[in-house]
Amino acid sequence: MQKTKNYLYRKPESLTDDITIYCPGCGHGIIHRIIAEVIDELGIREKTIGIAPVGCAVLAYDYFNFDVTEAAHGRPPAVATGIKRCLPDRIVFTYQGDGDLAAIGTAEIIHAAARGENITVIFVNNGVYGMTKGQMAPTTLLGQRTTTTTKGRDPYQHGFPVRVCELLATIEGVVYVERTKIDSVPDIIRTKRAIKKGFIYQIENKGFSLIEVLSTCPTNWKKTPSESMEWVRKEMVSFFPIGVYKDKGVQ
Amino acid sequence: MDSGRRMVQKRVKSVILSGCEAAAEGAIRAGCKFYAGYPITPQNRFPEYMSVRMPEEGGIFIQAESEVSAINMVFGASVAGIRAMTSSSSPGISLKQEGISYLAGCELPAVIINMNRGGPGLGDVTPSQSDYFQSTRGGGHGDYRTITLAPWNIQETYDLTYLAFILADRYRNPVVVLADGMIAQMMEPVKLFPGKKQAPKKKWALTGCKGRRPNSIKSLFLTPGVLETHNWKLARKYQKITENEQLYHTYMCDDMNLLLVSFGTCARICFEAITLARAQGIKAGLFRPITLWPYPSEHLKKVAEKVKKILVVEMNCGQMIEDVKLAVRDDIHIFFYGRPGGGVPTPEEILKEIKRI
Repeated sequence: MQKTKNYLYRKPESLTDDITIYCPGCGHGIIHRIIAEVIDELGIREKTIGIAPVGCAVLAYDYFNFDVTEAAHGRPPAVATGIKRCLPDRIVFTYQGDGDLAAIGTAEIIHAAARGENITVIFVNNGVYGMTKGQMAPTTLLGQRTTTTTKGRDPYQHGFPVRVCELLATIEGVVYVERTKIDSVPDIIRTKRAIKKGFIYQIENKGFSLIEVLSTCPTNWKKTPSESMEWVRKEMVSFFPIGVYKDKGVQ
Repeated sequence: MDSGRRMVQKRVKSVILSGCEAAAEGAIRAGCKFYAGYPITPQNRFPEYMSVRMPEEGGIFIQAESEVSAINMVFGASVAGIRAMTSSSSPGISLKQEGISYLAGCELPAVIINMNRGGPGLGDVTPSQSDYFQSTRGGGHGDYRTITLAPWNIQETYDLTYLAFILADRYRNPVVVLADGMIAQMMEPVKLFPGKKQAPKKKWALTGCKGRRPNSIKSLFLTPGVLETHNWKLARKYQKITENEQLYHTYMCDDMNLLLVSFGTCARICFEAITLARAQGIKAGLFRPITLWPYPSEHLKKVAEKVKKILVVEMNCGQMIEDVKLAVRDDIHIFFYGRPGGGVPTPEEILKEIKRI
């Protein structure tokens, strides 16, 4: 970190030079950068192990300049459990989308939380299956159109969206849960602060933390990048309120 | 059989253990430091035993929320470079197939114990050999193989579990120990050999990139042609395993005119049936594959050169018989005797079959 003091702005050491596959206006780039900055600032790059999900962020090992493994769809919390228990002095985080974490991997996230695994979970919620081209996700809003809810999500046919932070906050083993968004500079700063706190809690051996980030998917939402940011602000936040849902680390 | 012989020389202490306990001890002696599992009959003794022994040995025991999660925890431990294992029985092994496919694709070592019970579906909880195809043909999705070791007694369960860890690390591949509900619960004296094996250093493991370039572990290869290259690389590895790691056991084959081919528990019953047959002047012999994959085909072909008839005995509707047919001369008559769904044949039943053919 010493080196960066002479620069106003530069690429974090924790990012590689690879060009990402992400679409214009996609939130992954911002969130990757936040994680990389936090890891640089905490000086933990050489002892961090990341777990990439199945979904658009599966190629995270090409973009992060530290050890990263792939995991089967929804299984990152189980893989993280295996790694962290074997290497308790390393920093282990999972990076998961809404399909990965809140649909196929629901059992894994709930039980990793219940065991109070000392890991950090970055949960990227954009309400849609991005990589498979826009099907309904467990967090798709009511009325939202996707390729499998072409007339809009109908609760009687498709069920209701899942609020992950609210659900996990009830679990005893969880230390810290916060929902943030990235549609404005102040929110990006708040997201960075939350993610940093999640990593610091892990360094301090406090236990399980999850930061849900409301993100964008302009391509599958069929919106421009700026319309997408507007959708996060107006629509997503009304069902997924931002804020701290639990913070046992502050006492 | 070399590694087997070396083990024999070092053995000292003898204790009475069940198959589950023997496999667990074999794993501990091999330096296994991570176990994740989920309860399922008839292997419940396994997680119970490991919940005590793993912490005693400085290892980690986790009772997972599912079989799927357990195998993915093993995946994580293996990513971290630690010798890791899970155990289950047939329905649970089906759930683990996703993880086993990923382990094979990512070239990660791990040991999976299957105490085979009757199927399909929930089946029953009695001994069976119905997972032969699942273990030897891959089991999950994709073009891969798992080394499959089949013990026929408790001592061999201990020895082969130990060997499984060595093979898993040697080839960076998952290894299945395929036993059954009989071996899981039966108790016999086991000679334990001393000393704990340390896992070899693994340069590819994810331990944090201090002093080196970052490592990544993956099975996704989207660039056209790259996955094909990866698959050919795996295929060459499987070929090498096939050439180097075949294990088998023969009994009374020198003067035989009828060959029995059987594995695991069923081979042990055949052993008894051969004694009965010999007492009545029938010259029967036994070929018992210990590695079910790679199948000791060339060895079987050589052993079967002298006979005109082969009787394959399995606790299923006929699975290994396909490998026997692929291995031996076309003009040999191959007969089958099987008991599926948890049926266990008696030596007398097999003797009757020997006399009939």
